[in-house]
Amino acid sequence: MYSTAQNNSRIPENLTSFVLRRKLLVIFIVFCMFLLILRAIDLQVLDTKFLQSQGSKRHISIVPVAAYRGKIIDRQGEIMAMSSPVESIWFNPQVFDRSQKDSIQSMIKLLNLPKAKVKWLKNSKSKHKFLYLKRRISPALAKKVMQLGLSGVHSEREFKRFYPAGAMAAHIIGFTDGDERGQAGIELLYEQSLKGQAGSKRVIRDGKRRIIEDVENIKAPIAGQDIVLSIDRRIQYLAYRELQRTFLKQRAKSAAMVVLDAKTGEILASVTQPGFNPNTRVNLKEALYRNRAITDVFEPGSTVKPFVVAAALDGGYIADNIVIKTRGRFRIGKNLVRDGHNYGNLNLTNVLKKSSNIAVSKIALAMPEDYFWNIYRQLGFGESANVGFPGEATGVLLDLMRWDNFSRATLSFGYGLSTSALQLARAYTVLADDGVLHSVSLLKRDSADPKSKRVFKIETARKVRKMLEQVITRGGTATRAKVNGYRVAGKTGTVKKADAGGYSKKKYFSVFAGIAPASDPKFVIVVMIDEPSRDKYYGGLVAAPVFSKVMTGILRMYGIEPDQTNKTMLKSVKK
Amino acid sequence: MKIETRNEHFQSSSIIGKILAKLHIDTLLFVGLGLVCALSFLILYSASNQDMALLSRQVIRIGFAFCLMTALAYINPDQFKRYSVGLYILGVLLLIAVLIMGDVGKGAQRWLNLGFFKFQPSEMIKITTPMMISWYLSKHGFPLKLKQLVIAGILICMPTLLIAKQPDLGTSLLVASSGAAVLFFAGLSWRFMLITGIVLTSLTPVLWHFMHDYQRGRVLTFLNPEADPMGSGYHIIQSKIAIGSGGIYGKGWLGSTQSKLDYLPESSTDFIFAVFAEEFGLIGSFVLLILYLLIIVRCLYIALEAQDTYSRLLAGSLTFTFFVYIFVNIGMVIGILPVVGVPLPLVSYGGTSMVTLLASFGILMSIHTHRKFLPH
Repeated sequence: MYSTAQNNSRIPENLTSFVLRRKLLVIFIVFCMFLLILRAIDLQVLDTKFLQSQGSKRHISIVPVAAYRGKIIDRQGEIMAMSSPVESIWFNPQVFDRSQKDSIQSMIKLLNLPKAKVKWLKNSKSKHKFLYLKRRISPALAKKVMQLGLSGVHSEREFKRFYPAGAMAAHIIGFTDGDERGQAGIELLYEQSLKGQAGSKRVIRDGKRRIIEDVENIKAPIAGQDIVLSIDRRIQYLAYRELQRTFLKQRAKSAAMVVLDAKTGEILASVTQPGFNPNTRVNLKEALYRNRAITDVFEPGSTVKPFVVAAALDGGYIADNIVIKTRGRFRIGKNLVRDGHNYGNLNLTNVLKKSSNIAVSKIALAMPEDYFWNIYRQLGFGESANVGFPGEATGVLLDLMRWDNFSRATLSFGYGLSTSALQLARAYTVLADDGVLHSVSLLKRDSADPKSKRVFKIETARKVRKMLEQVITRGGTATRAKVNGYRVAGKTGTVKKADAGGYSKKKYFSVFAGIAPASDPKFVIVVMIDEPSRDKYYGGLVAAPVFSKVMTGILRMYGIEPDQTNKTMLKSVKK
Repeated sequence: MKIETRNEHFQSSSIIGKILAKLHIDTLLFVGLGLVCALSFLILYSASNQDMALLSRQVIRIGFAFCLMTALAYINPDQFKRYSVGLYILGVLLLIAVLIMGDVGKGAQRWLNLGFFKFQPSEMIKITTPMMISWYLSKHGFPLKLKQLVIAGILICMPTLLIAKQPDLGTSLLVASSGAAVLFFAGLSWRFMLITGIVLTSLTPVLWHFMHDYQRGRVLTFLNPEADPMGSGYHIIQSKIAIGSGGIYGKGWLGSTQSKLDYLPESSTDFIFAVFAEEFGLIGSFVLLILYLLIIVRCLYIALEAQDTYSRLLAGSLTFTFFVYIFVNIGMVIGILPVVGVPLPLVSYGGTSMVTLLASFGILMSIHTHRKFLPH
């Protein structure tokens, strides 16, 4: 009672001040609340339309729906390229839970993360909100990672292009970039057909930009078309294996090979070395993925000689039984044409069998130059093979006006013009299909070749083919091109590489072009080895064995009936 | 000789009234707090994407906080007065301990790990600072002279700066304002307040110099959130969008999209008002503010009715702190104040601030229900 009384005596003066201040405070608080309400009215009444639309803009968006990219398949229906769904794992360092040490360790192990990425995981001060941990892993592995339940770790669906054929068809198929756009080869050439049309849909996204709900489909995606190649995967593999073996053994600079169907012009295989694996593509340089069989040219050398003989025969400028004198050297104006040896007098068969430069020069000079030029032109030299391949070569054939006698001679043994392996193979269809030149195609043909055209008479082509069979026999330049049980026609070429200021004495293209079975040709093969550097360089020694191995395999694979007569078979058995 | 309290003198006729009176609980305040907590459960359930586990954790916390409130209400305010100094010193020592050996969470050192549970001394100091200042001024402060003012200023600054160092801008702001409120109620001269205001304003550049980068960033963001809409301005823009898209009537309970879809960060803690406003609209916001205002008015009435200087100053200060909580939080969410980490009192998810708040309401109830019966 006592203390209270004392207190009471002091309260009134303080209290008056307190009462006033309390009132002021209430006014102040009400004023502040009023401010809040005003602001709420501002947002919720005046600005509400704008803010609502801003809200919708943030969570409703229209996103493209990726169209399934078409497959690339070979003529037998084997898949050469296909897209398959994969998952990419990413994480948000801002919300990543670093306390679950065990789970993080298992994730590092599952994804086999490199040290740099493990560092990302540990760095708690990162300002990033989105970092890929691993892209394009299998859905099964992604599921395992997601089951660890780490917060801040997400997976994202993507498509990845797979190339089951791997390196062996890489130069034909090409590859796509990270967003599945064709970058090379068929993938680039047929991009429009393969890619299809992306659709679109309206979705709701959450604050982390994840799509959490599909509202409606606006446009359904149209899947890309499948591309059916003329390539036969089995031949492709065989060709790849044999060419690579020789390429490595010869330590060559590069190598290319083309296999054509002699009757339709379809490209059954096209191989290039060096190569790359389209599925990994580490350190991929242009030099590795260039399809040299289609885009690179070389001087064809002696492989064009059969055409010179055929042209002269076809035009009636020489007789079948003509004998041509050679003495090892032949002067044309100031220039000298040489043979390897002095072959003496040669009939037409031996001209090709021994591959005499002097003899074909004389044959070429027997023809009018415009006639000769026209035949080369019709054979497709200096004119693109027209498969539409990116970077496809046209080769060079000099204008008629710039021809002189010596250049006619050099052109007859394959210098002064250039061709790709594919162009040369196309020219050989003339000899294979009895005088008809076929257009070539990378796509499977359902009907006969629409653009075939006759260049030589049937008999002419057959005669020359017959002569070319002798090239493979004993005494010819390409005995190693023989295929047991089958008659083979072919021609070697050992071409000096053009160098600064002339032709190199050490660097060669080693070439072989061949046809089998010679009685009724089914296949044309051209093999080109660029700079074989293990002492041997003759086409008959380097390129012909590759032809032999691949042709043997193809003939067996296709079940082609052997056409070698018993007599000749017995002969070869005796050998 | 025992003095009869007003509670004992004016007995309620209903049984509930009798029980509440026995527990020293102020009925009106209790109802107000209960209503806000009920709203909190409703909105937390929605903001957490209907996370029942989270909600039940919060119910348990609030239950515990109500128990603490009841316990404090039961204690005679004279006891608070007696232990004011000791509790204040203990609080400051704990703050120093936090700076030396505290746990780091979200980039700031705020927690003291006591082994069995984590403790945030800055929460305790929110109450003990006004207790200390009230004690000091009720003992020496009338009329308020320069000497008392300086001592009181030091008593306020110590915990404020210690907390600002953690750094926890929101809490240090609350502590400082609770102390300032005591001075205001104790009759701080208007002239002095004006001068202080001017000095503080002119010191802004100096303050800017001592601010952390993130704090500067917040101020800049406040001034122009659109400068970096995906970065620092993201919070405030998203929260404005959420509130605005609620419109007058709101989208209805569980109907918010901005918070559900993770656009609104901290949607169940500091930014819960945005969810509330999106779902219940302008009308809901208005109701909530009125509810808060009623609680404040009741508390100020308690302060007015208090029978001694200590109680009056303390009650006034605790009430003012409660208001600062509300104003700073909603002001931040609604975009008229910079982003400061202050929860919406009684509504935001989280245990510590809830416990402190209800403890201060317990003290208010204690002050009110222990008034002595003084026949005039």
